[in-house]
Amino acid sequence: MSERKTNPEPSQRIRVLVAKPGLDGHDRGAKVVARALRDAGMEVIYTGLRQTPEMIAEAALQEDVDVVGMSILSGAHMALAPRVLELLKANGQEGVKVFIGGIIPDEDLPRLKEMGVAGVYGPGASTEDIIREVKAAVTG
Amino acid sequence: MNLAEQLLSGNRLALTRLLTQVENDTPEGRSALTELFPHTGKAHLIGVTGAPGTGKSSLVNQLALHFRVQDERRVAIVAVDPSSPFTGGAVLGDRVRMRDLAGDPGVFIRSMASRGSLGGLAQATAGLVQVFDAAGYDTILIETVGAGQAEVEIARLAHTTLVIEAPGLGDDIQAIKAGILEIADILVVNKADRPGVENTLKALRSALELAHPVRHVFQHHGKIEVVDAPDMPTYNSWIPPIQKTVATEGEGVPELADEIARHAEHLRESGDWAARERSRLGSELDALVQEMLVTRFRDKVSESRYEAVLDQVFQRELAPWEAVKMLTNGWSE
Repeated sequence: MSERKTNPEPSQRIRVLVAKPGLDGHDRGAKVVARALRDAGMEVIYTGLRQTPEMIAEAALQEDVDVVGMSILSGAHMALAPRVLELLKANGQEGVKVFIGGIIPDEDLPRLKEMGVAGVYGPGASTEDIIREVKAAVTG
Repeated sequence: MNLAEQLLSGNRLALTRLLTQVENDTPEGRSALTELFPHTGKAHLIGVTGAPGTGKSSLVNQLALHFRVQDERRVAIVAVDPSSPFTGGAVLGDRVRMRDLAGDPGVFIRSMASRGSLGGLAQATAGLVQVFDAAGYDTILIETVGAGQAEVEIARLAHTTLVIEAPGLGDDIQAIKAGILEIADILVVNKADRPGVENTLKALRSALELAHPVRHVFQHHGKIEVVDAPDMPTYNSWIPPIQKTVATEGEGVPELADEIARHAEHLRESGDWAARERSRLGSELDALVQEMLVTRFRDKVSESRYEAVLDQVFQRELAPWEAVKMLTNGWSE
């Protein structure tokens, strides 16, 4: 019975897809975030390296996630983010919140927000902030 | 159209939403399962279990690829990974090994967290499998949590259970322990390119001979002696084959797929398919009855009453069975 008090009800459990698009192999950031979200009680589906936007949208559909988190270090975020958002929408998943972590120049932030990206995190971002903002975006 | 009707007409968004409803055991999920039930019972359910690191996900990936290329069967995969008992969170990483399947609309992969359930599956796994079955997936691969020795639940759910071993994971005493080997319909020795594979094969063969004694005819002091195998239920007429594979290379996978097909045929010919189906539905029914009783108990007994009785047990004033009697007002007797 005490278990019921600590764990959230199943319907409130947040499901997050963590994906690493692009060709570089630096997935440490993605793994740190995946682990932090797990420790915050979320169910994190980790898809690994070199995902195309099509693969990400397909996985988001199959897993019926609330959130997609992408780690992008290659500089291709202005191409990848709109494509993923567009594919999610085409699948009927416009409600899915998209977050980006990585190396994102400040001048790109307004346009990413405008496209519908829910949050952007650079080096040094705290996992507490990420957790709080993901939770807020989903429970809205 | 409700979700169940949309699913039956092939809508993938409805399918994924329904899987979530069933996993969360919502009223919508329950009524959809009721609606879909007449459409189930067609798929071949294949369970894949074994210790962590034996290569279950890679093998599932290769098998699904093979089924797609060879027979164009529609394949669903349900992959279960553990939830943290402390936070309820989980990292579900089976898709990492299944990237070859991306982009094929005939494959649908769903990851599940075990959500506190023991035995290698989540509570709702059977429900998810039913949804895929109703959605017209011919083959459903169910990958358990990689825990090892007690994941026998999968054998109740699946028609064909694969137990995956790998060289170097334990001596022959591991192989004769009760549990996981007894549930195997097919034994797979994966990573068969590693040293020690012959020892693993030998240990499994001798474990199998112990588990499946056959009629022995031999000469003793010049006389022919016959030792009959003990009477066994019919399902024991299948002796699990041992298949070597190297999942990362796809080696041995076509042969494994053949063994799986042979097992399905055996089940159908011997009548064991129906027997398994009945016992599977029986254990699902048992699980639902248990769940219903526990829910009713929790509804009837307040948290504070429960804590008060637990205090008495903790003070050694009340024995556990007495506590149960008190909490249930005696109807448990």
